Amino acid sequence: MIEIFQNYGSDLLYGFGQTILCSVIALFFALILGSIFAILEVMPNKLLQKISKIYIEIFRNIPLLVITMIFYVVVPMYFVKISGFVAGTIGLTLYSSAFIAETVRAGILSVDKGQMEGALSNGLTFKQSMRYIVLPQAFKYVIPPLGNQFVNLIKNSSILAFVAGFDLMYEGNVIAADSLKSISTYMCIGVLYLIITLPLSYYMQHLERKLS
Amino acid sequence: MHNFLAAYSWINIRFLLIGLGVTIFVSIISIFFSSIIGTVLGIIRYRKIKFVSLIVGFIIDIIRNVPLILVIFFTYFGLPEIGIKTNPLWASILALIIFESMMIAEIMRAGILSIPKGQTEGAIANGLTYGQTLRHVVLPQAIKNMVPALVSQFISLVKDTSLATIIVLPELTNHAQIIYGQNTNYTIPMFLALAVMYFIICYSISKVANYYEQRVEKRLAK
Repeated sequence: MIEIFQNYGSDLLYGFGQTILCSVIALFFALILGSIFAILEVMPNKLLQKISKIYIEIFRNIPLLVITMIFYVVVPMYFVKISGFVAGTIGLTLYSSAFIAETVRAGILSVDKGQMEGALSNGLTFKQSMRYIVLPQAFKYVIPPLGNQFVNLIKNSSILAFVAGFDLMYEGNVIAADSLKSISTYMCIGVLYLIITLPLSYYMQHLERKLS
Repeated sequence: MHNFLAAYSWINIRFLLIGLGVTIFVSIISIFFSSIIGTVLGIIRYRKIKFVSLIVGFIIDIIRNVPLILVIFFTYFGLPEIGIKTNPLWASILALIIFESMMIAEIMRAGILSIPKGQTEGAIANGLTYGQTLRHVVLPQAIKNMVPALVSQFISLVKDTSLATIIVLPELTNHAQIIYGQNTNYTIPMFLALAVMYFIICYSISKVANYYEQRVEKRLAK
């Protein structure tokens, strides 16, 4: 294992950086998209509810690989040329946003209905009561499950390996083929993933326990 | 339009359906075995047996926090290195079982923890052994609580079978890739077919689970 780190250190580091970069970008946009669709789903407007429900169901029930491949294969064929990294990040963003939307929606619904009614009857608009009353309270409940979604997102970023995104998993395959030592290479890759995901998921477990 | 008609010729559809069959076969076998293994591991982790629970917990945490693709590569390329021969089918089934049973173990543990302690104490005070308590008192209640989490885990298992394309398991995604690889005009129709097929399977799993859950609730309400 140490041998792999010594010989292929720069490749591993590059892949590690790409994985983190992709995860952070996808996380940022998925959070925004997810929150938007979550709020749309609790809005009183029936049409908006329907739209966001359809969006969430579609991206929740189709494999990440298929979504990513659509951006990697179909989009460059008919529209614009995009690299594997971009295609992978877009796919990951859309896929994760559906799960984040579900999580945030559950958080919003967990806030007592009276809070919203009280805010509305005190003269706040829907937007204001969402922003100042409901969302801050929902935020607290949402943190642990959101954290778990982040861990999933980081793990799912390995989808970049399918579309030549030069992430950790992709570099791992190249190294395994080059060094002919698959077991120790994959162990190295595993350790690098665990460095990001394990502390995050332990911290979320800790938060969860603290909340309950 | 012409592309669509040509793409959905019977030969192509049949080829996709064969792939779908492999996907379903792999999913069912993996769900079956990972449920059993996951339950056992979850109980071991819950029971806090010296060392054993600690080691099991450690392994569960490690595998849960690693991408599934890594596990698939490990079983397909890693195992032959230590002398275990694999083929794409068994390597992907093995990887799915390993990965999903860890997920199910964690769900199981959370489910058992959600049952109040008084239930176990009451059952033991009534003269049941620990095994009987688990089987007849705790697990039936726990499983009812776990159904939503379990169902979404099974759905993600079905979706995750598509990752086995990377070791050329002849499942649905792989067959679609073969078809549009031969004729690039078929790309959009094939992706549409893929999306629709996966959507139908996954969505119907969640609908069936919902229906079942409501029926159970109704029966309990009576």
